[in-house]
Amino acid sequence: MTLFLEQALNGLQLGVLLFLLSAGLTLVFGIMGIVNLAHGSLYMLGAYFAVTFTGWTGSFLLGALAALLATVIVGIVLERVAIRGLYDRPHLEQVLGTFGLILFFNEGARLVFGPAGLSLAPPAWLSGQVTLLPGVVYPSYRLAVLVAGIAAAGGMYWLVARTRAGMLLRAAAANRNMAEALGVNSRLLFLAVFALGAGLSGLAGILAAPLLTVRVGMGEEVLLLAFVVVVIGGIGSIRGALVAALLIGVLDTLGRAYLPGALRFAFAGPVADAVGPALSSMLIYFAMAVVLVVRPRGLFPTSARTDVAA
Amino acid sequence: MSRAVLLLAAALFVVLLAAVPAALLLDLPYLLFLFQQLAILATAAVGLNLVLGYAGLPAFGHAAFVGIGSYTVGILATELPGTLFTSAWVQLPLAAALAGLVAALIGAVSLRTRGVAFLMITLAFGQMLYFAAVALERYGGDDGMILVAPSRLGEQNLSRGVLSYTISVAVLAVALYVSFRLMRSPFGTVLRGAAANERRMQAVGVAVHRYRIGAFAASGALCGIAGVLLANHTAFISPATLAWTRSVELAVMVLLGGAGTLFGPLFGAAAFVLLEEVLSGVTEHWRIVFGPLLLLVVLAAPGGIAGLLGRQSND
Repeated sequence: MTLFLEQALNGLQLGVLLFLLSAGLTLVFGIMGIVNLAHGSLYMLGAYFAVTFTGWTGSFLLGALAALLATVIVGIVLERVAIRGLYDRPHLEQVLGTFGLILFFNEGARLVFGPAGLSLAPPAWLSGQVTLLPGVVYPSYRLAVLVAGIAAAGGMYWLVARTRAGMLLRAAAANRNMAEALGVNSRLLFLAVFALGAGLSGLAGILAAPLLTVRVGMGEEVLLLAFVVVVIGGIGSIRGALVAALLIGVLDTLGRAYLPGALRFAFAGPVADAVGPALSSMLIYFAMAVVLVVRPRGLFPTSARTDVAA
Repeated sequence: MSRAVLLLAAALFVVLLAAVPAALLLDLPYLLFLFQQLAILATAAVGLNLVLGYAGLPAFGHAAFVGIGSYTVGILATELPGTLFTSAWVQLPLAAALAGLVAALIGAVSLRTRGVAFLMITLAFGQMLYFAAVALERYGGDDGMILVAPSRLGEQNLSRGVLSYTISVAVLAVALYVSFRLMRSPFGTVLRGAAANERRMQAVGVAVHRYRIGAFAASGALCGIAGVLLANHTAFISPATLAWTRSVELAVMVLLGGAGTLFGPLFGAAAFVLLEEVLSGVTEHWRIVFGPLLLLVVLAAPGGIAGLLGRQSND
């Protein structure tokens, strides 16, 4: 029971990180019609920046803030230099172009930060453990990630549902041409959306940095998870991204924790040990394929045009 | 097809053939190794082009079909060494049939979706097969396995050497011919018509869905054949062959050369392999140049190399 609670919290925490990643991805997908493979690179950069700037300033909070700012700046430059040219191109060309960006960022990170993985210690005031229930302790940093992620999700909700900028965003997501015709400066809006997405992705990377080894290639691992989330949630839907992110986070974590054990009931030990991990890795892709077959437009379909365009 | 395209294609084949005496005379076995890799990847790209280019479907998981071909060779070599099943004459058709069948099944499910969703679901199936390969503990799991017995061909085999090289080039030529004939046939016309305007094609009374599944099967089969050759070429089989980045690389080759053109995949594979070779000779950080170069190609030359060489008719 204790273990289950811990695993469930781990799942929620992965879900929150996935939400930060996929919220930006789904907006960029839904509003700008861009399949951006380089979204994971921004996550990687956020993590690298967090390690570097925390080292420079000696403070995790200052380092995180500087890293966030740096990632947003990279995002803005990226949109200006590269992404802008990819609007209204077929998705496959966008895949090709942004794959080029992945190569660039990965190799760049290897050059600047070195080939070895880096690690970041959580700040001292978050390095302990919290007793949640009698007998249930949980690392306080992981709890803080959960809280920070929920706060960021709340902030997103406020921005999108309650502000004027959010209104324009929703208008453009629903019907870009109509929004443009009504006088929305789409170039500026796109830039803002991309910068927001970069910031959220960077934030996910910053929050994740103390939890794992910061290294080249970490972006691609989460990128595929974020894509799964976006597609299951419905392209362009932030609410869908939230639901799907939590779903995938919990499914993936619990699957990894319990599927191999459950398999042991059905198969001989060695077979279960071999198949278990692979099957739990497959689980989320299987979930995505099922959702797509049953509901091709995801759980929360929007009218974003990307659903129809080839 | 423009004259420049034909000339370049002919020139590439002359170079591929001339490499044999050149490598033997100058004692450059690496030249054959590199060019054979080029020919094998080009064969897979020709296969992918059927779906990606002609049918206009953004498929994103074709490395899995190459992997099926490779694992067919590896598993047969491990389980049934010295039998009929290590003969290339059995392995090639078997791998093609297996990969084609899996591709048809994946296509049948994936084609229920459109656009980005299609791209993503093909990716999902590719990932599932990738993890399935990782689960093959008996065949090396994550680490992969060494090919213990290369495909036999009469007294010789398909491991390195002039015969293996010649066969890879010949298979590429056959793949190109198949692609040429397929696309000139009513089958190809339907595929291209559906890519241009699916609704109109259906209004004409064509069951587009079936043709597209057919394209998936043919495309998967060609990739499976490439996988057999690849396993022999590298003498090593691992899940890395099925990684999603490999699928992207194949798509890059097709788009780089010119999607939906006959020789585009050949040009793309040649450009990809040779660029990688040259750039990685200059610096180990070659990807920092190669990446932006890809982006530049997309931005500046959306029609790829074949597009640069001149507008062509429909093939």
